[in-house]
Amino acid sequence: MGAFADEAWRRLQSNPAAIAALCVMCAILALTWFGPWISPNDAQTLDWLHLAAPPGRQSAHWFGTDRLGRDLFVRTLAGTRVSLAIGLAASAVSLLVGVTYGAIAGYVGGRTDHLMMRLIEILSGLPLIFFVIVLTVVFGRGEYLLFFAIGAVGWLTMARIVRGQTLSVRRREFVEAAIASGATTGRIIFRHVVPNVIGPVIVYATLTVPQIILFESFLSFLGLGVQEPGASLGTLISEGAAEMEAAPWILLVPGGALALLLLCLNIFGDGLRDALDVRDGAP
Amino acid sequence: MIRYFFTRLASAIPALLIIVTATFFLMRAAPGGPFDQEQTLPPEIMANLQRAYGLDQPIWTQYGRYLKSLLHGDFGPSFKYKDFTVTELIGQGFPVSLQLGVMAMALALIAGILLGTFAALHRNSMADYATMSLAMVGIAIPVFVVLPFLGILFGVYLHWLPVAGWESGSIRHRALPVIALALPPLAYIARLTRAGMLEVLRSDFIRTAFAKGLPLRTLMWRHALRPALTPVAGYLVPAVASIMTGSLVVESIAGIPGIGRYLVQGALNRDYTLVLGMVVVYSTLLIGLGLLVDLLYAWLDPRVRH
Repeated sequence: MGAFADEAWRRLQSNPAAIAALCVMCAILALTWFGPWISPNDAQTLDWLHLAAPPGRQSAHWFGTDRLGRDLFVRTLAGTRVSLAIGLAASAVSLLVGVTYGAIAGYVGGRTDHLMMRLIEILSGLPLIFFVIVLTVVFGRGEYLLFFAIGAVGWLTMARIVRGQTLSVRRREFVEAAIASGATTGRIIFRHVVPNVIGPVIVYATLTVPQIILFESFLSFLGLGVQEPGASLGTLISEGAAEMEAAPWILLVPGGALALLLLCLNIFGDGLRDALDVRDGAP
Repeated sequence: MIRYFFTRLASAIPALLIIVTATFFLMRAAPGGPFDQEQTLPPEIMANLQRAYGLDQPIWTQYGRYLKSLLHGDFGPSFKYKDFTVTELIGQGFPVSLQLGVMAMALALIAGILLGTFAALHRNSMADYATMSLAMVGIAIPVFVVLPFLGILFGVYLHWLPVAGWESGSIRHRALPVIALALPPLAYIARLTRAGMLEVLRSDFIRTAFAKGLPLRTLMWRHALRPALTPVAGYLVPAVASIMTGSLVVESIAGIPGIGRYLVQGALNRDYTLVLGMVVVYSTLLIGLGLLVDLLYAWLDPRVRH
């Protein structure tokens, strides 16, 4: 595994776009973490003297303020933090569900596998975004629902990939050895199979995060996701879109942040996929 | 072929039934009813309302009735847009959404295939890198960021195009929403076409055709394009799904009176029948389309049928 990781890291380094994306991502992370200490403003304070003030280096608000006089720089950082947190948490949920589901289906095989894959087939034929919208109508809107709903959407591809990998791993000698030494099925799946399919899992987890952030901000943009006073990037963008003719920066700042974040995550994920040489049929 | 059609149909219908059933019962399980207002209604009026909408019946009766009326194309009354049935709202909005979606899909297909082919022919040149970087941007940046950005650029600063609105027959009003909506599938199609094209260009029959001295144009159009587009055919349904999803925000941002906006409004107003109806319409479209694409595949490639 060590040599494999070294090789992958070496290949990743020869991809300048992926490395640049990684650096920008780290910079964004550092900013969301330390941003509150850099800027004198905080996200909720209303500055009545500077309502919808344009950005400028002279003013106290580097990226301007929104309609209520809240500092956009700090608000965008806070929104990025919310978006990232939801993205990572929901990815973790989908990772957990997908890996477990896929490993069980692939290892147990037979009729169980057939049934489990049939379910995935049906689910992936459904327009899940509409289902999530229905869920928000039924259960009201809030962050916890978002985890559940988005996690429920995100695991399908992961399960498919893990199953495919498991199918090839379960014929290997170390699995046979584990069976011969009397390990239980659960132990074999989680101690022997899962660690050996981790490469593709990492790649897909990386590619899932931007999808989920996109999904979350989409819902928040429509007013179905994160609710006031909390704000994710989607919420901020929808506020900005309402004011774009009079005060375009209210849109441009969070919109640019989301675009940059998603772009970096995608470029890095693609680079990682090439470095680990995982094929999935996607270009 | 006919047998294949029926097996596929047999799996499409349960999927649709699952959606309708799950959505129906979820809606009924929701806390709070559609008539909850800030001021509580007198119980007699509430009872009358419930009776008028059939909500006093047992849930299974309601479900049976809903399914039966669905078969007649009747989605029931809208709870919030009084005086309108959901069927009427769909009838108003659907042609608009359909027009928007078809235009976006056509743009995505044509431009995506052209760009992908172009990039494959100039592999590893600056033009290739530029096209693929653009494709990455198109895939990564969401529609609801792209459309307002385009609006600020072409509407607010340059004054070339209107930012919102949907006057009938006006191409200028359609330009920005259609471009924004088409961008993600366009970018993905360009990548798929490039990858498929590179694969085909390496194959023996292309090398033979090239050695034979066929002009490049004939080679590309007559020989390479069709096999290179197989992955694109597989992406058709996800592309339509992406355009449907995108149309929710595009219609909301640009103020286009289509069904996407009704779905969002219905979700915000908790208008049960409206959301239910919209979900049924979208799902039917998507599943029907999936069926169609599968049939297309089976027709193109006989191996699929078995």
